[in-house]
Amino acid sequence: MASQEVLREESSRASFINDPKIRSLFFQTLVVIVLFGSVWWIVQNVIDNLQRLHIASGFGFLKGRAGFDISDTPIAYTSDSTYGRAIVVGLINTIIVAVAGIITATIIGFVIGIGRLSQNWLIQKICTVYVEIFRNIPPLLVIFFWYSGVLAVLPAPRDSYHLPFGSFLNQRGFYFPRPVWGEGSWLIVVALLVGIAMAWFVARTARQRQMATGQQFPVLWTSVALIVGLPLLAYVLSGFPLSFDLPKQSTFNLTGGFQVKPEFLSLYLALSCYTAAFIAEIVRAGIRGVSKGQTEAAAALGLRSGSILRLVVVPQAMRIVIPPLTSQYLNLTKNSSLAIAIGYPDLTATAGTVLNQTGQAVEGVLIMMIAYLILSLVTSAVMNVVNARMALVER
Amino acid sequence: MQEHDMSWVRTEMALAQPAPASVSGPGAWVRRNLIGSVGDTILTILGIVIVAWVLPQVINWAFINAVWTGPDRTVCATVAQGGIQPDGWSGACWAFVNAKFGQFMFGTYPVEERWRPILVAILFTALLVPMLIPRVPRKGLNAILLFLVLPIVSFFLLVGGVFGLPHVETSRWGGLLITLSLSFVGIAVSLPLGTVLALGRRSEMPIVKTLCVIFIEAVRGIPLITVLFFVSVMLPLFLPAGVTFDKYLRALIGVSLFAAAYMAEVVRGGLQAIPKGQYEGADSLGLGYWQKMGLIVLPQALKLVIPGIVNTFIGMFKDTSLVLIISMFDLLGIVKQNFSDANWATAQTAKSGLVFAAFVFWLFCFGMSRYSMYTERRLDTGHKR
Repeated sequence: MASQEVLREESSRASFINDPKIRSLFFQTLVVIVLFGSVWWIVQNVIDNLQRLHIASGFGFLKGRAGFDISDTPIAYTSDSTYGRAIVVGLINTIIVAVAGIITATIIGFVIGIGRLSQNWLIQKICTVYVEIFRNIPPLLVIFFWYSGVLAVLPAPRDSYHLPFGSFLNQRGFYFPRPVWGEGSWLIVVALLVGIAMAWFVARTARQRQMATGQQFPVLWTSVALIVGLPLLAYVLSGFPLSFDLPKQSTFNLTGGFQVKPEFLSLYLALSCYTAAFIAEIVRAGIRGVSKGQTEAAAALGLRSGSILRLVVVPQAMRIVIPPLTSQYLNLTKNSSLAIAIGYPDLTATAGTVLNQTGQAVEGVLIMMIAYLILSLVTSAVMNVVNARMALVER
Repeated sequence: MQEHDMSWVRTEMALAQPAPASVSGPGAWVRRNLIGSVGDTILTILGIVIVAWVLPQVINWAFINAVWTGPDRTVCATVAQGGIQPDGWSGACWAFVNAKFGQFMFGTYPVEERWRPILVAILFTALLVPMLIPRVPRKGLNAILLFLVLPIVSFFLLVGGVFGLPHVETSRWGGLLITLSLSFVGIAVSLPLGTVLALGRRSEMPIVKTLCVIFIEAVRGIPLITVLFFVSVMLPLFLPAGVTFDKYLRALIGVSLFAAAYMAEVVRGGLQAIPKGQYEGADSLGLGYWQKMGLIVLPQALKLVIPGIVNTFIGMFKDTSLVLIISMFDLLGIVKQNFSDANWATAQTAKSGLVFAAFVFWLFCFGMSRYSMYTERRLDTGHKR
C-alpha cells in the first residue's frame, strides 16, 4: 500500500513537465504575454501615428458638420447635418435594402428551389441553370451587370418605358405613384391594424376549435376579407382621403411620383437574384431531407397532396431549412456593403466618407464593425425565435 | 336458415383492356416528364414561353449579332451613336474584349515581361493537373512543389528584381493575374490557419478558446469590405512610422484572415462529427496532442468537410473581386475600369465586358464545385451516417 503511494508520488513528480494542467497553464500564460505585448505595441504605434497626423481620438467628431450630400435620405439630412446623422442615414439605407432583399430573395429562392424538385423536366432544368449561373459568379459582378449593363442603357427620361399603374422606367430609375394621405386617412391605418389583429384572433380561435372538436373554419378567406375589407370600408366611410401623385412626363424629366434610384434598384435586384440561388439550394436540400416514408404515411392516412405538403412535409423541411437560411440572410446583409461600388449610400459608404474626411480611422472602422455585428445579432435573434417555434417539441 | 350461395363463376371472357401506354421511348418520356397532368402541362407551356423568349435573345446577342473584331467603338455603335451598325442593333461587343484581352489578363504588367506570368501559369497548371488526377503517383512531392516551391519561384518570377529580371511593382499587376494569385495564396494560407483556429476553438484551454471564438465570430460578423477597409486604413496606423506595407500584401492579409475565419467553422464542423472514441483511442495509444490531431482526427475530419472547404474556396475566389473597393484592379476591376475608355464607350461595352468576366469567374467556380463533387464520391468510404 505504502509503496504504491510512494510510486504514485514519484511518477507524478517525474511527469511534472508532462502534467496537462501545468502545460496548459504555461501555454496560456505564454499566449496572454504575447497578446498583451503585441496589443501594447500596436496601441503605442497608433498613439504615435495619431499624434504625428494631429488627429484627436475619441467620438467627438460625430458632432461635427458633415458637409457632404447623400443621394438617398430616408430621414431628414442636409450637408449641414452632423457626421453622426450621416452614419445613421447610411445605417437606415442598409437596413432598407437588406430587408427588401431578404423578402424578395426568399420568395424567388423558394420558387426556384421547389422548381428544382419539380417532376417537370423543363422547369427543373430552367431552375438548375438559374442556380448554377448565379452561384458561380461574384455578387459584385451581378450588381455591376444590373447597374451598367441593364439600367444605365435604358432610355432617357423622355423615352421612358410606360408600365402599368402609371409607373415609368428609365435610366434615372423606376417611378411609381406616390400615395398622398389626405384628411382622415389615419382611419385606414387603424382599420388595417384592427383587421390584422382580428385575423390573428380568428386564426387562433379556429385552431383551438379544430383541436377541440375537429370542425374546420375557412381561416384564409376570413383573414383576407378582414385585412383587405376593413381598410377599404374605412376608405369609403372617411370619404376617399387617399389620392395618388402620379409621375408626369415633361420634356427632359419626370416630375412627381416616387422615384427609386438605379443605385438602389440594381443593388436590390442583384442581392435578391444572387442570394435566391443559395436559398433555392437550401430549400431543395430541406425538402429532400424529409424522408419519403413521411409522404407515404401521410398518403396512407388519406391526406390530399396539398395537405401532405402543408401539414407534413413543409413543417419538417423548415426545421432543416431555417438555420442555413439565417446565415444566408446574414450574408445578404453583409453583401449589401457592396453598395459602395455603385454609390448607394449605405453604412459602409457613408462611414467610409466620414472616415476619409475626418481621418478618424480607428473610430470609423469600429463603428462599422459594431453596426454590422448588431445587425447580424438582431437577425440571428429573430431567426432563432422562428427556429424555436418550428423546432421539434420533444419530451 | 339456409345460407345464400354467394359463389359465382364468370362464364364469358372479359373484354381485353387497351394496351398500356408505352413506358419507354421518347413519347412516354414526354408524357411522364412534361405533360403528366393539367398543372404539369401548364408549367411546361410556361417553361417553353420563358425559353422561347430568353434563348433567341441571348443567342442573337452573344453570337449572331455580335461583333468579334474591330479597331474601336464604331464597330459596336449604331449609326445614331456614331458607328456603323444599323439603328436598333443590339449585339455583344467582343471586339472590346478582344482588344483589351491582354489588360484583362495581366493588368498593366509590362508587355515585354508578360512571359513571366504566362510561365507561372504554365508551371501552376503543370503541377495542379497531376495533383488533381488521383491515379498520378508521388502526390507528396507534387504537393511540396505546388504549395512550397511554386509560390517562392512565382514570387521571384512575378516581382523580379533578381537574376537580371526587371522589377515589376505590384501596383502594375492586374486582371486575372491578381484574381488567381490572391485566391491561390488565400487558399494556401486560410486552410492551415483556419484549421489551427478550429483546433483552438475546441481546445480545453479557456484563454486560447476565448481568443479563437472572439476572432472567428468578429470576422464572420462583418463584411469583407470592412475587413479590407481595416487592413488598408488601420494597418498603417498599427505599424511604427515609416514602415509601410504593399497594397497587394494588405489585400492578401485581409482576404486570408477573412477566409480563415470561415474555414475554421467548416473544419470545426468536421471535428465535431468525429466520434469521441477516435479521440480516446488515440489517447490510449499514447499519442500526444499534435500526433492525435495530425494522424487520427484531422485526416477524417477534413475528408468529411471537403464540400464545405471547396465552398469556402469558391466564396473566396468570388470575394477577391472586392479588392476593387480599395482600388486594386482584379479581373472585374479592370473590366470596369475599361468602361470609361472613350475609345470603346458604347451601349454594349459594359454588358459585353461583364458577361466575359462572369464567364471566366463561372468557369473557375463551376470547375471547382464539380471537382469537389467528384472527390466527395471518390473518398466516400461508406462511413457516412
